[in-house]
Amino acid sequence: MTQLGFYFDNSRCTGCKTCEMACKDYKDLGEDILFRKVYDFEGGVWSANDDGGWDTTTFSYHVSAACNHCAAPACQSVCPTEAILRDEETGLVYIDEEACISCEACVAGCPYSVPKMDPITNMARKCDGCLERVKAGQKAICAEACPLRALELDEIEKLRKEHGELDQIAPLPANATGPHLVIKASPAVEVAAGEKGFVANEKEIA
Amino acid sequence: MDKGKEGMQVSRRTFVKGSALAAAGAAVAGGSLVSLYGCTPEEEGSTGNGTTAVADDVVWSACNVNCGGNCLFQWHVSEGMISYMESDNTGDAALQSRACLRGRSMRRWINNPDRLQYPMKRIGPRGSGEFERISWDEAISIIAEKLQYTIDTYGNQAIHLIYATGMYSATGNPSGRLLNCVGGYLRGMYDYSTHMLQVVMPYMYGSQFSPYDNVHASSFSEAARASDLVVMFGNSPAETRMGGANAVWDYAQMREAVYGRGGKIISVDFRMNESISGHPDEWLPIRPGTDGALVAAIAHEWIVDEKVDEDFLNTYCVGYNEESLPDSAKGKNKSYYDYIMGTGYDAVEKTPEWAAPITQIPAEKIRALAAEIAAAEAPYICQGWGPQRHTNGEDSSRAICMLPVLIGKIGLAGTNTGQREAEPPAYLVGGIPAGDNPVEAAIPVYQWLNAVDHGTSMTELNAGVKGVEKLESDIKFIWNYAGNCLTNQHGDINYTHDILVDETKCEFILCWDTVLTDSGKYADILLPDAMRSEQMNLINQGYAEYYTGVLLGQAAQAPPFENRSSYDVMADIAEAMGVGDAFTEGKTHDDWIKEIYEAGAEASPELPSWDDMLKQGIFKKTVEPSIGLKAFRDDPIANKLETPSGKIEIYSEALAELNDSWELGEGEVISPIPVFNAGLYGYGGATEEYPLYACGFHHKARTHSSFSAVAELRQAARNQLWMNPVDAEPRGVANGDLVLVESPNGKIQVEARVTPRVIPGSVAIPQGSWHDADMKGDRLDKGGCVNTLTDYKPTPLAKGNGCAHSMIVQITKA
Repeated sequence: MTQLGFYFDNSRCTGCKTCEMACKDYKDLGEDILFRKVYDFEGGVWSANDDGGWDTTTFSYHVSAACNHCAAPACQSVCPTEAILRDEETGLVYIDEEACISCEACVAGCPYSVPKMDPITNMARKCDGCLERVKAGQKAICAEACPLRALELDEIEKLRKEHGELDQIAPLPANATGPHLVIKASPAVEVAAGEKGFVANEKEIA
Repeated sequence: MDKGKEGMQVSRRTFVKGSALAAAGAAVAGGSLVSLYGCTPEEEGSTGNGTTAVADDVVWSACNVNCGGNCLFQWHVSEGMISYMESDNTGDAALQSRACLRGRSMRRWINNPDRLQYPMKRIGPRGSGEFERISWDEAISIIAEKLQYTIDTYGNQAIHLIYATGMYSATGNPSGRLLNCVGGYLRGMYDYSTHMLQVVMPYMYGSQFSPYDNVHASSFSEAARASDLVVMFGNSPAETRMGGANAVWDYAQMREAVYGRGGKIISVDFRMNESISGHPDEWLPIRPGTDGALVAAIAHEWIVDEKVDEDFLNTYCVGYNEESLPDSAKGKNKSYYDYIMGTGYDAVEKTPEWAAPITQIPAEKIRALAAEIAAAEAPYICQGWGPQRHTNGEDSSRAICMLPVLIGKIGLAGTNTGQREAEPPAYLVGGIPAGDNPVEAAIPVYQWLNAVDHGTSMTELNAGVKGVEKLESDIKFIWNYAGNCLTNQHGDINYTHDILVDETKCEFILCWDTVLTDSGKYADILLPDAMRSEQMNLINQGYAEYYTGVLLGQAAQAPPFENRSSYDVMADIAEAMGVGDAFTEGKTHDDWIKEIYEAGAEASPELPSWDDMLKQGIFKKTVEPSIGLKAFRDDPIANKLETPSGKIEIYSEALAELNDSWELGEGEVISPIPVFNAGLYGYGGATEEYPLYACGFHHKARTHSSFSAVAELRQAARNQLWMNPVDAEPRGVANGDLVLVESPNGKIQVEARVTPRVIPGSVAIPQGSWHDADMKGDRLDKGGCVNTLTDYKPTPLAKGNGCAHSMIVQITKA
């Protein structure tokens, strides 16, 4: 079986949220539900200099995150009705809405907070990697949308070979589920490691 | 290379969904976009122009707002309604014109529940937003009568086509053509984007200056090709030109190329802007509006360290030192050198220690930057349009250009002139000709409100009027098509409101839009417009530097309710005024598009035929990098600049003369050399009552005020004021809190983003949010529009909107 995963170039991402909005348009999502979200992660301090100048250690970077179509999806393991399935052809993980009983176990279980309750249907929904498009030979809508060419959906082994094995930077949680994700870190990630960072846009990604 | 043709392919999904060809499963090249032929019977209420797409079609169109990117859309249409968008996914991925988050939300604007539906007439007091529905016939006859009345009573000079940029398309806004058919209108000069820059730069670089193509600037692609150091002043393409074949993508490619050869990027900005996301070492934080002080201190270091290129300055410039000053300025210590070294008019030596408290940049960092630029082989120094949009913008924009001038790094490989990056001017198609405007009188665009209030007292000397000595009439009729500069995007909304509601001043206001903007509330007649994606449309590509291109789009769905194409409505107004044939020349809207396209194709034979273009929708061709002022550098005698001296005028005698002859306000100066002048509400202007500086910035949820109707965008990128913890903590403000922001001009309520990404002492307020205040009550603007806070004081020379980025405020927790 082929396993697809996402590649995210953190050094190019400008936090523009085009991926979010392309996804929202294609999946017809309203303002209260996101399948892909962009974290604004930042930190640093300022200090006044004797000569009237200021010094700072400020950094900022963005992380565009969707479902990682994990090797061991937490959502799948907690679903009581086997409504969360892996597509055999692509390895993409999707929700069978027919089988969903709206118990919200997946919503609580995913360390990446990916599944969301659709306020209209009251069903759990999430990124399915644009399964329909991918099967038709097209790209995931978010990857095709990125103005910075910072997102790809491709065979995970190929992505790892090209870009390495990094699958976690703050504020993403430590790998516990085998995310099919490859990240190219920006210089800010190293800076952030020595500073206290925070997600600055909680209200935008809730 | 013809990337467009090469790249054309039909989305496979279209075939999967709608065609027997799906069985073949192959990518289909050659551009058989069946949809473009699709034509359904004209529906009731439709305009009859363009075609309405049939089910499961893919229809090309383009974004048409004033970021200027003109990114491409492929609308997927089902049963006459747009279902979703693919942007440009054709051909070479590096040349794809990928729409940004806003473009990707265009469906939500087109199908917005707040779309205007019918022509309306004001019934409440002006500005109340109270209207009643009227017929198109009534609206057109009222507009025609009011135009005629204004012409008969006050003359054509009393009509003003107000600055408006919500519509970029070849046939999008023939308002000027219509008004020219009935005798013309008071002209507007310059624009709100580059007002100070556009007026002042010709005095330094010559009258052919343009901020919009590479007349005076190099492309990012040239920096990518050959620069080892890029220094950006107030320039963030990731926020101003966000589309994927727009400058942000050019910038990203450039950065990787410059890094690839061991080079560096430095971004001088009061915010850690989104262009440098992930690259914190690129940020040099500076107090807004003090770029000129940083430049002066760098110049000082270069003079002390003998880094200036005396040969270049002597050959190509006037006014650097006493010897090259014009005779009128000699013997008075008026040279740039004197200004920098403390022997000039202010007798202050511009050391890094002098600049540190002004700019908030430590002196040692200024010295390091000076050394770094001087050491670069090919420094590419550029400025966005932020620095010039200050009360001292006329000085700052020239000052930044002094960096490459002083070290002679102009017109050479990899260098730039200090101007904004620019694409080679390759416009493949034109527009509907505007015709000749018989009215000679012209005002700087930002002066329109003064011309409403006291136009007849405005002259060249006191108001920058051109074409006439003084205006003969106040503005009595405002024609506002696809614009929000009546209030929202203009200075000082509260003051502007008071002028506009007085119906004895401007007697008639026409507003024409797709949704009810704040400006629309001041309309006497309010017209609903069809979107470009609801009709045939034609547009050049925008600011992409690696290719040029053209799009021929079709109607993806019919205009809703009684929305009509503006061209058809203008044709009806022309007809009602007896100039129908002069306006239309017997052509429909779509006839014009065909004619304009074919004229372009004649001039550029590589363009496809009309019939082929109908099939393929888009055309692209690559363009080469360009170097600003290269011809002048190569041969300054044969290729003189269009300045009085033919050289770069560091000292402008013409500006010195204006300073003497113009009637300037108290404290206003037009400086002949690029000095640091703090400007109104600039450094030193904060007070005990208003202790913080505030500066606007472009926000990703909007293009200026366009797209503000889209709730999903407002949530994806919330409208937030940026405030440093150093300023927030003493005020008890936490990230996400609502705050009240008060300036001498008004008060807004807005969400705070408490972030180290803005320099202490200044706050950053995103521009363009829709004003929302009870104008008969407390006038507290809960929409958080920055122009509730700005002053309306035109700048000394350009008479422009410098106050847009120069504000003083106090902030309290709401």
